[in-house]
Amino acid sequence: MGPPSLSKVITIDGQSIPFIDGQTIMDAALAAGVYILHLCHNPQFKPHGSCKLCTVSVNDRKVTACTMPAAEGMVVENNTHELNADRKVLVQMLFVEGNHICPACEASGNCQLQAAAYYLSMMSPKFTQFYPSYEVDASHPDVFLDLNRCILCELCVRASREVDGKSVFGISGRGIGTRLAVNSESGRLGDTHFSVSDSAAHICPTGAILIKRQGYKIPIGQRTFDHKNISEVQMELLEPDHE
Amino acid sequence: MQTYELSKIEQQIAPLLTRYGGESNMLLQILREVQEIFNFIPPDAITAIADHLGVPRTDVEGVASFYSFLSLTPVGEYRILFSSSVTDQMQGSSELMQYFCQKLWLEPGKVSEDNLLSVDSTSCTGMSDQGPAALVNGYALTNLNQERLDLIADLVRDRRPVGDWPSILFEVKDNIRRSGTLLGDPLVPGNAIKEMLRRGSAETMLEIERSGLRGRGGAGFSVAKKWSLCQDSPGQDRYIVCNADEGEPGTFKDRVLLNSYMDLVCEGMTIGARIIGAKKGFLYLRGEYLYLRHKIEQVLARRRTAGLLGKSILGELDFDFDIEIHLGAGAYICGEESALIESLEGKRGRPRNRPPFPVSQGYLGQPTLVDNVETLACIAQIIVHGGEWFSSIGTLESSGSKLLSIAGDCSMPGIYEYPFGISLQEVLDDCGAEDPYAVQVSGPSGVLISSKEFRRLICFEDLPTSGAITIFKRGRDILSVVQNFTHFFAEESCGFCTPCRVGTQLQKKLVDKIVNDHGAACDLEELKKIGHIMKGMSHCGLGHTASNPVMDLLEKFPDVYQERLKGLEFEPDFDLDAALETARNITGRDDSWAHLP
Repeated sequence: MGPPSLSKVITIDGQSIPFIDGQTIMDAALAAGVYILHLCHNPQFKPHGSCKLCTVSVNDRKVTACTMPAAEGMVVENNTHELNADRKVLVQMLFVEGNHICPACEASGNCQLQAAAYYLSMMSPKFTQFYPSYEVDASHPDVFLDLNRCILCELCVRASREVDGKSVFGISGRGIGTRLAVNSESGRLGDTHFSVSDSAAHICPTGAILIKRQGYKIPIGQRTFDHKNISEVQMELLEPDHE
Repeated sequence: MQTYELSKIEQQIAPLLTRYGGESNMLLQILREVQEIFNFIPPDAITAIADHLGVPRTDVEGVASFYSFLSLTPVGEYRILFSSSVTDQMQGSSELMQYFCQKLWLEPGKVSEDNLLSVDSTSCTGMSDQGPAALVNGYALTNLNQERLDLIADLVRDRRPVGDWPSILFEVKDNIRRSGTLLGDPLVPGNAIKEMLRRGSAETMLEIERSGLRGRGGAGFSVAKKWSLCQDSPGQDRYIVCNADEGEPGTFKDRVLLNSYMDLVCEGMTIGARIIGAKKGFLYLRGEYLYLRHKIEQVLARRRTAGLLGKSILGELDFDFDIEIHLGAGAYICGEESALIESLEGKRGRPRNRPPFPVSQGYLGQPTLVDNVETLACIAQIIVHGGEWFSSIGTLESSGSKLLSIAGDCSMPGIYEYPFGISLQEVLDDCGAEDPYAVQVSGPSGVLISSKEFRRLICFEDLPTSGAITIFKRGRDILSVVQNFTHFFAEESCGFCTPCRVGTQLQKKLVDKIVNDHGAACDLEELKKIGHIMKGMSHCGLGHTASNPVMDLLEKFPDVYQERLKGLEFEPDFDLDAALETARNITGRDDSWAHLP
């Protein structure tokens, strides 16, 4: 697409980035090939702004790049030592509030949470683990739902609602008790119209939604993030031929 | 547990659903009534409501599980929730709850086997000046003591309907200790509206600008600016909302305004409506103030009869405006204006991404004014007496007077009105503070003040406040006060963003660790780090301010932590002896051999 008039610019880490009205800082950055770490954001969907990993500093105020509209003259700091240190704490928080046991997880190597931790050189979760208790839902013939690994990014909620037109998922509870909820009286995935061909079945950045009978098809060591870092992978997703 | 037949549940809620119509905005109001009927929200009811409103079932479940007064599992026919606010705790709330539970053979958080009673705690009920307080089936109980709880126990055992309980149990006093220009000057209903019509909208806006009025909810945004932003935003409809979700622990001024000055509030809303062109207004009343609903409805009815609300107000043909009450259901976060709007729309009280701000896209995406109860009362006064009169009171940047909700260690807790610019010391002297050592200004989200700072002035230039002044005398364990606040934020975080959802929990656990004498120096560093993350990266004001008490204590009362630390670089959180508690419970042993040496 030929940009009509990209006369407006913001700067990110000193680099001039053009934008058009309506674009967020994230949109403008990604379009210009500048990576901002993100987990709950996916350019396919309306910005959500919950994981806070894309927090950048704009004129010394912290905002989420995925939700903040770009405005002429914004001076944005993104890839700084301070911000990356803060982002690492956020990833550590996500690790301890759930049960993320990477070495034993089927999603290891394909997990964006793990990849974000690699990206930020996180060596340990540091905080005391919460060890919440969840039941694994294997009621669906083709898909496992394992909330131990859910980071509440709501990508599956959005995909099922906006793309699949099914609203299979929602959010219930409050605070630390917030949970991904399934749209059936039993609360089980098997009692919904969810299908393995739904886009929501393939959007989970971690291993909370796993396709059955696919386990370890690709051996660990040959998986996405075993060879590339999260910035390369997420930038590749934006390329037109990847649609 | 009782079981309900599907058809029976559907039958029971059918009239209610018909009454509310098919608008999903009414979801929270519907769920409140369903909770009242069944003492919980049965799964079948969730399905029936979702079908009726044409929304996914998870939307209904999401709302039902968000608000603390709604529950997905049965609570008692009588549900008594003790206020866990720090002032109630200081007045013995925890001990009273224990006493009551022991008396009735009940465990807090559990339902009695006959489903008759459940007892639990809840965030501040807005009765800090007359606690210990509680709610019974949503209605406020005040001044609790053992004698009153004995009476309540009898009433519950006899299954007396709450409506028949002695009125003394529910008595709520205004406790106005000091009146100023706002409380001391009762308005003749209709006068402010008449004055506005005489001046015209443009001139009225000028008066508001001249007054220099700033929002009374705490942030202090210029009211004239906010109103003109809303005026200038394009939209099909416009709305004005009175934020009566006074949830900050320790504050209760809005309770008094709603109880005794409702006409002032209504006039403020009506004036705002005329200026921005709203036909409909909402009063978002916190669930804890359910007892006020009837009285407020009476005021609204009286005003309708007097031609001050409804069609053609005061005979003006194009001046239609009415006010609808929406009740909250136990969620501090709904005091945040965009979360409040979500709640008004019948959703989970999750703060929105901003921009857009409510003034341009608020209720149903339309330009919406959300103003604090006190702000709206001030508006009515400004229109009657003029902006210049108002700006002559107070200080240069903080015009007018401020209502303070004073509670804690003082002999005369209650409402005090002062012109802005009063020193904290003077306030403490007036309310009979006993040897004050620390003062929490603006509640847990505000600022902790040490005695060195008592000369500071209450105004936006120095010590801005939404009005809560909670006093702690020398000898009070300030660390346990801060612990109470960290528990409050952990309980009230909406759970949307990572830093607040997890940070409030981490902070709570670390402060608990220090209180339980397992703290080490490194825990303080950890608390600072978590505070920094929450302050900088959270989605809304709750997360931004949730670390204030911990940080203030570190900065202003460093000894309080130091005294409790083990002095080691690292002290594990894990307590081996405490971990044996389950085994001791199972075996029924508590002898020395059942403990570690």
